[in-house]
Amino acid sequence: MPGRDLTLTRRRFVQGVAAAGVAAFVGGNFIRADAEAIAQTPPILTGNHFDLAIEPHEVDFTGKRRKAIKINGLLPGPTLKWREGDTVTIAVTNHLSEPASIHWHGVRVPSDMDGVPGLSFAGIAPGKTFVYRIPVVQNGTYWYHSHYGGQEQVGLYGGLIIEPRDEDPIAYDRDYVVLLNDWTDTDPYTLYGNLKKQSDYYNFHKRTAGTFIDDARSKGFRSTVADRLRWGRNDMIPADIADVNSSTYIYLMNGNPPGADWTALFNAGERVRLRFVNASSMTIFDVRIPALPMTVVQADGNCLHPVTVDEFRIGVAETYDIIVQPHENKAYTVFAQPEARGRYARGTLAPRMGMTAEIPPMDSYPLRTMADMGMAGMKGMQRSGMSSDQMPGMKDMSASGMEDSDTSAMTETHMAGPTGRFSDPLSGKTSLPQPGPRTTRLIPPPSQMTVRPTQTLEGEVPLQVGPEVVTVMKTSPKLRDPGDGLSGNGRRVLTYADLRALYKGVDGRQPTREIVLHLTGNMERFIWGFDGRKFSEAGPIHLKLGERVRFVLINDTMMEHPIHLHGLWSELENGSGEFAPYKHTLIIKPAERLTCLVSADTPGRWAFHCHLLYHMDAGMFRTVIVS
Amino acid sequence: MSFAVTPVSAQDGAPQVNEPTPANPADMPTPAPNWPKPVKDDRVLTYVTFDELEGRTNGPNTSFRWDGEGWIGTDFNKFWFKSEGFVTNSVASDGDQEFLYDRPIPHLRYLDWQAGARLDIDSGPKRAWVALGIEGLSPYFFNFAPTFYVRDGGHVAGRLEGYYDLYLTQRLILQPQVEMNFYSQADPARGIGTGLSELDGGVRLGYQFSRKFAPYIGYTYTGAFGQTATFSRQAGQPTGEHRFVFGIWLWH
Repeated sequence: MPGRDLTLTRRRFVQGVAAAGVAAFVGGNFIRADAEAIAQTPPILTGNHFDLAIEPHEVDFTGKRRKAIKINGLLPGPTLKWREGDTVTIAVTNHLSEPASIHWHGVRVPSDMDGVPGLSFAGIAPGKTFVYRIPVVQNGTYWYHSHYGGQEQVGLYGGLIIEPRDEDPIAYDRDYVVLLNDWTDTDPYTLYGNLKKQSDYYNFHKRTAGTFIDDARSKGFRSTVADRLRWGRNDMIPADIADVNSSTYIYLMNGNPPGADWTALFNAGERVRLRFVNASSMTIFDVRIPALPMTVVQADGNCLHPVTVDEFRIGVAETYDIIVQPHENKAYTVFAQPEARGRYARGTLAPRMGMTAEIPPMDSYPLRTMADMGMAGMKGMQRSGMSSDQMPGMKDMSASGMEDSDTSAMTETHMAGPTGRFSDPLSGKTSLPQPGPRTTRLIPPPSQMTVRPTQTLEGEVPLQVGPEVVTVMKTSPKLRDPGDGLSGNGRRVLTYADLRALYKGVDGRQPTREIVLHLTGNMERFIWGFDGRKFSEAGPIHLKLGERVRFVLINDTMMEHPIHLHGLWSELENGSGEFAPYKHTLIIKPAERLTCLVSADTPGRWAFHCHLLYHMDAGMFRTVIVS
Repeated sequence: MSFAVTPVSAQDGAPQVNEPTPANPADMPTPAPNWPKPVKDDRVLTYVTFDELEGRTNGPNTSFRWDGEGWIGTDFNKFWFKSEGFVTNSVASDGDQEFLYDRPIPHLRYLDWQAGARLDIDSGPKRAWVALGIEGLSPYFFNFAPTFYVRDGGHVAGRLEGYYDLYLTQRLILQPQVEMNFYSQADPARGIGTGLSELDGGVRLGYQFSRKFAPYIGYTYTGAFGQTATFSRQAGQPTGEHRFVFGIWLWH
C-alpha cells in the first residue's frame, strides 16, 4: 500500500485513543441512552486460541435493568479475528444455568463444530467447557451467536473477521465492524408467548377508523372501502411489516443505543471499510450514510464486483462490507432504520470524537401491496446501483482467478487447501474452497450440454390452505425489487440482482435435482414452517454427499424471511451465471420465488431455517442431512 | 492489537474435548437421546382472558358479570375452560362453565372445533351437558363461537357468541358484542323457555394501556324472549334491561 507507514502511524494513534476510552469501559455494563455516554466498541481478539466465557449479567439500555448474557463481560461479545489457513481452537465455558452454544455463522466447519444443539452436539452444559476446533478455509466478515433458546436476543453474539491468506482484493485504510442489533426489555420467552396469543401484539400500525378517514379523504370513500374489504376477506393486514418492532425494541450499533452515538474515526481521503453485520433477532435494517455513497464490496463473506449505492437492506444474519471514502473533514451519520420504521440504530463516522451529523428523518411506514400477495401487477423493475471497474475500494485487479483458462484440464487440478492436498472435491474429505484469487472452476461444466436437470418434485407437496398455510400465492422472482419501503425514495438501493461475485464459482456442474420448499405460515396462530409443516412435524432433507442441487424457495407468506443454510454455500441464481454470489443467508420477499445452487460437499447435519428468531422457534426449521 | 482475556479455568477438571468429524460420512455420529431438539416448536403455553369483567348498573341495582376463558396446550392440542355468570345480590345466575378439548379444523385457517362438557352451576338447579362447537375468526375479523349442547331427556341447546374489535385509534377499541341462547325444550326450574331464550348484547369502549390490560365502559342490553320472558314476568323480574357497564379486559 503506497504511503503505508504514515497511514499506519496515524491509524495506530487514533486507535490507541479509542482503545484508552474503550479499556475504561470494558467490563462496564451501564450504557445510558443519552448523549454524554462514551460509546463502546467490542475489542478485537486475535490469535489461534480463544477463551470465551458466557456469563449472565444485567444491563440497562432503557432505564430498566434487565437480564442479559455477556461474553467475557462484553455485549456484544468480542470480535474474533482469525487467519485463513490457521486451525483455531475456541474454548467456550458456559456459566449460565441452562445449556448454551455458539454457532459460527457462515463459517465452513466440521459438522460437530457447528454449534447447533440437537444437530451438532448436545449443547454446552452449565458449568462445562466445549473446545471448538476449526480449520479455517475461508476469509471475510462473519459473526457468531448462540443457537439455543432466546440467548441470541439477550446478547450472546459477536463479530468475526477472517483475514485472507492471499492479498485482500479490497483496498482500504481502516476497517470497523458494525453490528446491528435489536434489544427488548421483554424476556424472549414472554415475547414468544405474546406473539402466540395475540399475533398483532406489537403492531401499532393497524388500520383504524382514523386511518380509514385519512385514506377516504385522499383516495375516496369507495376505493377505501373496497381496499378494506379486499384485505378483510382474507383476514390479512396490509400493515404487517415486522412481527416485533419499535414498540418494544430499541436498536443498537455495536451495543450502543442511538444516544450513545458509536463513532468511527477516519482521516479525510481514507478508504474506510465498514463490515456491517445484522446481528439482530427479528429486524431487517435499511442502512445508509447520508451524503456518503457506499461501495458494496462483499456480501456474506464473499467478495463482489463493486457496486455503489446510497442504501442497502440487510436481512437478519446477512453481512455487507462497504467502502466509503469521505473527502471532507466532517461527520457523517451511519443510519440504520428498521423496515418497520419507528426507532433506529445510529452511529457516526467522523474525523474526531465528539463530532456529530444530522440524523435523517425516518422514511414512512411501508404498506404491503397486492403484489406482496402475489396478485395484480408487478412492482416497477428499476435497476438500481451501478457497477464500475473504477470503484473506490477495489484494487486494480489483474484478472487472476477470473479467466476462463484451460478448463479441460481442470478435473485433474489440485488445489492447495489447508490439509495440503485436495484429491477429490466430491469425497467430503475436504470441502470445496471459497472462490478466491487462487481458485479456479474446479469442477467444470460438462463438455457437452446435458439434458435439463430433472424436475424431481423432491419435497414439493401440493399445498392446501389450512391451519398452517394461510395463503398459496402466485410467486415470481423479484431480484430487481429492493423491497417494500425502498421504492421511490430517490436513492440508489441495492438489490440482489446487483450482486455479482468477484471470483468465478468453483463448481461448474448443473444441479441434478431440485428441492422445492414453500415458506408457509399462519400469522394469526403464529405458526411458521416449510410446506405447511413445522419442524416437529417434518422429516429431514437428505442430500447425497457430493451432489449439486438447486433449492427453489417459494414464499407463500406476506413477510420477508431471511433463510439460512448452515455448513454449505448457497449460490444465488441472479443472472450472474458463473459469477453467482455465494451467500449463507437469503431474504425471500413476500410472494417471491428464488433459487440457489448448493454443492453438498461437507457431510453433516446442517440446520436450515428462517433467521427471524421467533419464526424459527415457531417451526420454520429443517435439518439438512448430507451423507 | 488484541485485548487478551485471562483464560477461564475449566470446571470439573479437564475441558470437554470433542472428537473431530470422521472423514467417512458413514461414521457421522447420530444424535444421542439426551440431545435437546434444535428448536422447540411445540411448547405448551397457557392463556387466560376475560372478555367481560364488569359491573352492570342501572342506577339502583348493580350486578357483577364475568365471561372469561382460557386454555393450556400446544398449537394442535388444547384444553379450554370457559366460565361466565352474573352475581346479583349474592344470587348467581347464567353460570355456564365449560371444559373442552380443542383442535384446529383442517383446511380452515382460523377456526377450531371444540368438544367437551358444560356445567350450569349457579344458584339455580345444576345441569350437565355435552358440548360441541367451533370458535375462531370469520372472514372480516369477526370473532365468533357457535356451540351446541345436548343433555339427557332430549334437551338440545345452542349458543351463538360473537364480537368485533373496531380500532378507533391504535389503543382505543370499540367492541360490539352479542350472545344468544336457544333451547329445544323448556326448563322451568331455571326459568328457561323454548326457542330463543335470551340475548345479551353490548357495545364497549376500552383503552389498551397495555395489550393485556384495558379498562372499558359501555352499554348492555339483556333481554328475555318468548316463553322465557313469560317465566321472567311470572317471577316478577324484568324481561329487558338496559345497563351501563364498567370493567376491565385482561389477558395473560
